[in-house]
Parts: sequence; structure tokens; C-alpha cells
Amino acid sequence: MKIAVCIKRTPDSESRFKIAPSGVAIDETGLKFDIDDFAGYAVEAALQINEKAGGGETVVYAVGPDNVQETLRKAMSMGADRAVHLKADIVPPDGLAIAKALAAELKEGGYDLVLFGKQAFDSSAGVVGTATAELLGIPAVTAVSALSVAGGKGDARRELEGAAELVEFPLPAVVTIDEGVARPRYPSLKGIMAAKKKPLETKPAQLGAVRVTMKKMELPPERPAGRIIGEGPAAVAELVRLLQTEAKVL
Amino acid sequence: MANVLVFAETRGGELRKVAFEAVTAARQLADATGGGEVHAFLAGPAGISAKAEQLGKHGADVVIVAESAEFAQFARESIAATIADRAKAGAYRAIVLGFSAQGRDLGPRLAARLDLPIASDVTEIAVEGDTLVVKHPAYANKVTTTLAVSGPSAVISVRPSAFTAVEAPRSAKTETVSASPASGATVTVKEVIEGAKGRPDLGEAQVIVSGGRGLKSAENFKLVEELADAFGNAAVGATRAVTDDGWRPHSDQIGQTGRQVSPQLYVAIGISGAIQHIAGMRTSKTIVAINKDKEAPIFKVADYGIVGDVLEVVPALTAAVREARKS
Ligand SMILES: Cc1cc2nc3c(=O)[nH]c(=O)nc-3n(C[C@H](O)[C@H](O)[C@H](O)COP(=O)(O)OP(=O)(O)OC[C@H]3O[C@@H](n4cnc5c(N)ncnc54)[C@H](O)[C@@H]3O)c2cc1C
Ligand SMILES: Nc1ncnc2c1ncn2[C@@H]1O[C@H](COP(=O)(O)O)[C@@H](O)[C@H]1O
Repeated sequence: MKIAVCIKRTPDSESRFKIAPSGVAIDETGLKFDIDDFAGYAVEAALQINEKAGGGETVVYAVGPDNVQETLRKAMSMGADRAVHLKADIVPPDGLAIAKALAAELKEGGYDLVLFGKQAFDSSAGVVGTATAELLGIPAVTAVSALSVAGGKGDARRELEGAAELVEFPLPAVVTIDEGVARPRYPSLKGIMAAKKKPLETKPAQLGAVRVTMKKMELPPERPAGRIIGEGPAAVAELVRLLQTEAKVL
Repeated sequence: MANVLVFAETRGGELRKVAFEAVTAARQLADATGGGEVHAFLAGPAGISAKAEQLGKHGADVVIVAESAEFAQFARESIAATIADRAKAGAYRAIVLGFSAQGRDLGPRLAARLDLPIASDVTEIAVEGDTLVVKHPAYANKVTTTLAVSGPSAVISVRPSAFTAVEAPRSAKTETVSASPASGATVTVKEVIEGAKGRPDLGEAQVIVSGGRGLKSAENFKLVEELADAFGNAAVGATRAVTDDGWRPHSDQIGQTGRQVSPQLYVAIGISGAIQHIAGMRTSKTIVAINKDKEAPIFKVADYGIVGDVLEVVPALTAAVREARKS
């Protein structure tokens, strides 16, 4: 199957963040960057689908400055066949603008399946995949935790709040990947070497008008330092007293 | 002065908590523009119009009702088409939804169909001239962003529990619209698997009791269930270690890649407090942790910690909570 996966370059989620002096960006010094978590699951899902089918092509796309090429190479070292870099000076917090750039490029791609992460770690928005599907005029299956495709159609499980939904959809389709589908593999040394020779094409991103912009970034207030009130079952009485009188939640 | 359109989410024929929160957010936004109207969009099977009154009570001036047999399920494409058609006719300052499973799905569809800018998972909305200024916790709640959304209209989804639903009674007029058909191929719902009955959803619960690998086995999770029962209407959550091992379904997972929750009380049982777990529960009002390792990072965020074996402490706590709630 011909599968496209759209991936974002995001900082490692374990990092401690600082705000840059500009006040509208994070300070990137010392941060490690990688494929955003959910998009990483999407890359793995695509590779597994094509491996199982014994053929096909997996193409990865990223919108952003030149540093996203490193992220695209990482996906190719996992096994993606080629990459398309849609070059933009910055990645705006405008999900629809990014979707427009991706849709313009994917439209003529002839893909059976276009995969996205459910939401990117940095923007935490969950916009780009579904918006791209609408722009392409194909079904969007969002927040999928299990996926199988065969015979021109797909089956997926979606987690709802306190319930799950089993859905069926025709291909081509966009699927946004939640946790549960697949954990990303680590690239092998052979994979890393091979990725250096795989094709990476660069084109300008057609973002269009950017209407959502960053006005301010700040760190949320720290929680007050925790306190240990005691040890073992003997501490339970004091806990219940605090929950009643201090926290007033009981 | 401008009107605001709000999606009044239902499931199983009932309005959800997030629907009232979204209506409240829409009311605030309409008032901030100088007193526009709130138009609530209510879709469901025949008879759903009976819910219009509840929306009026929370500040809707008009309830737009779309009744159709297919809306008994979440027919995403035709719901999006129907809202989009209505929005085109309305010149709304914004379309407001909840950042729930349904709202996450519909928001970007509406933004793309109507070519509107979108801001997701918003905790505050302000109007500054012709710009909407919104707060959005990003980087898995580690950075608070303030975004400027420009243009005459926009799609805004609000974080569940960030806006407290308040009553602002209006005698809402009801208006019926017919369902617009989906324009292309669609997703078909084959089955809805309902979760555990008798427990509130994690996003709606006042109290969440959550278990980690420190419980040692799936069987011991009954200690978590029993404590949740003792609190009354509590939900049960879990860490990824637990959902990975299949002790609990993925839908129970709390954290960066699971659900993000803010209950009044969060009780962490045998949970180490990995950064990805904390990302999902750090905005809880009060946090209690029980862990045998006094160095566990969960104690850094816990208002009240008990160092001890969960197999001993939790049954004692369950009994004490039961006792406390009796009197
Ligand atoms: C990209 C990514 C995303 C992730 N997303 C999430 C997420 O959404 N949610 C999430 O939870 N995790 C997530 N994780 C995993 C996370 O890093 C941790 O591995 C996980 O939260 C650990 O779960 P735990 O606390 O149950 O287990 P452990 O870390 O194994 O902790 C068990 C704790 O139980 C204590 N304990 C053991 N026995 C007892 C006893 N008898 N009595 C009392 N205490 C005891 C131990 O001291 C320990 O602190 C993610 C990881 C990555 C890389
Ligand atoms: N700049 C980008 N380039 C390529 N894919 C992206 C980009 N931004 C977001 N995506 C994809 O869209 C998903 C959702 O992102 P978001 O809507 O920003 O939460 C991500 O997990 C990626 O799969």
C-alpha cells in the first residue's frame, strides 16, 4: 500500500522547559528533538502494515525549517522509503495553515492511507490530521487505538470517554493515531546507514495566511512542594482528617 | 456585538457535562463582544429537542435542533456538514465546542470546511478588538501558551472542566434545521463498547483513584475499585505500565498519552510519578500518594503522602473513608 505519514519535530517530552527571552518560544538550548510521540506510533503503524503486506511504499512528510530533515532521516532509518520536506521558516501554531501545506502536496500523491499523530506534543492541539482529511475530501478516522486495513477498507477502534467505538471506513482515508496501535522501533545501524542514501526532496510549504500566532509563553505555576504525612496504615487517620478539614474533599 | 454558535454535545440522548461548560464559555464570549446571542446546536434522534430547555437555562438564546435517525450515533461527517451549513448562514464570531472525543473530531473539520482559524483545548477566552486571545496549555501542560486568533470568526474548543457551567436562564427559542448529508465517503460506526457501568467518566469525576504497577497484579486492582466505591461516585484511572500489562484498558490511562484530568481529589496508589504520568494529573486540586518508596517522584507533587505498602495502607484507607462518609 502507498502510505504517507506526516511527522512533526518536537522536543523530548521528558525535558525541563525554559522560556526564551523573546517570551514567545521555548529556549531550545540543550533540548533533544525527535519525531513527536504519536506521529512516531504512526510511522511504526505504516511500516508494519507494509511489512505485513510484503510491499508498498511509506513516505514521510514534515513542514518546517531545515532542522526537520533530521527528523525525516530518523523516520527513514526506521524504514520509511523516502521523505518530503516542506520548507517553512517557522512552524506556526496554526494547525489549519499546516494542513493546507500538507494537503496541497498530498493531493496528487495517490496514497491509500495518510497517517498522523492524534496530537503533537508541543502544540497539543490535534488539528492537523483531521483538517488535512477535510481538505483532501477523504474520510478522517481520529484517535485510533487499533487499526487494520485490507481489501480497500479499514477497521479501527477509537477510544471515547469511558467507551470505545469500532468503525469501518473506505480507503483512501486519513487516520490519526492514538497510543495502542504500535510502539516505534529503534533504528538499526543498518537502517541508519541506509537512510543516508534514501531520497529526501525539499519544496516550499504553501502555508497560506497564518491567523493563529503565539502571543506569550509561560511556565505554569509550580505545585506547592509535597509533604509526607506518615508511614503505613497508622497514617490513614491523619490523612482522612486532612481530607476533611484542610482539603475539604471528604 | 456578535453571536456565538456552540455545539451542545450529547451521548445516548443526554447532554454531556462538557456541553454546559461550552455553553457557559459561549455565553461569556458573546457577552464580551457586547451582548450577542448564543445559538446552541443540538443534534440527535427524534425527541432530542426536549433537551433544549436545559440549554436555555445555561444561557442559550436559540437552540438549533437537528433531528435525524442517523444522529443516534456520532455521525461525524453529517453533523459537521449540518453545523457548517448553519454557520455559513449565521456570521458567528466563533463556533465553540468542548475538547472532548467528539469536539476534537468536529473542530478541525469545521475549521477546514469553513476556512476558519482554530484554537484547541482552551482554558480562557478574551476579546481584544478583532482578535480572540486564548490560553492553551501546551507541551502536555508544561507550558501555558497565549494565542492570538485573528479574523472575523474562529473555531474554539474548550478544555473540559476549565469553564464551570453556570446557569444564566433565557427562554430559548427553538429552531429546527434538517440534517445536511455527508459530502463524500464516510466512517461507519459498527459498534459502541460501553465502559464500566456505574462509574463517572474520568473527565467528569470529582474523585479519581488511580493505580500503578506497585499494585503488583491485576487482581489487586480491586483495592483501587473498593477505595473508589468508598468515595462514592469516583472514577478509576491507571498508569501506562498498568494499561501496557493489560490490567486495565487503555481508556483508563492517565498522562501525556492518556487522559488529562483535573479532579478535586486524585489518589495515586503504587504510582512512581513519571513525568508523563504527572503531565496528565498535575492540575488536580488535591493529590494523595501512597508508595513504599519515600523517594518516589510522585511525593513531590502530592499534597499528602503516605509511605507504605499499598496492600496494607489502601484497605485501611478504604475502611476509614467509608466510616468518615457515614457520619
Ligand atoms: C512517550 C511516552 C509516553 C508515556 N505516556 C504515559 C502516560 O500517558 N501515562 C503514564 O502513566 N505513563 C506514561 N508513560 C510511561 C511512564 O514513563 C512510566 O513508565 C509509567 O508511568 C510508570 O507507571 P507506574 O508508576 O505504574 O510504574 P513504576 O514506575 O514501575 O512505579 C511503580 C511504583 O510502585 C511502588 N511500589 C511497588 N510496590 C509497592 C507496594 N507494595 N506498595 C507501595 N508502593 C509500591 C514503587 O516504589 C514505584 O514507585 C509514557 C512514556 C513515554 C516514553
Ligand atoms: N509541521 C508538521 N509537519 C508534518 N506533520 C505535522 C506537522 N505538525 C503536525 N503534524 C502532524 O499532525 C499531528 C497533529 O498535530 P497537531 O494538530 O499540531 O496536534 C502530528 O502528530 C503530526 O502527525
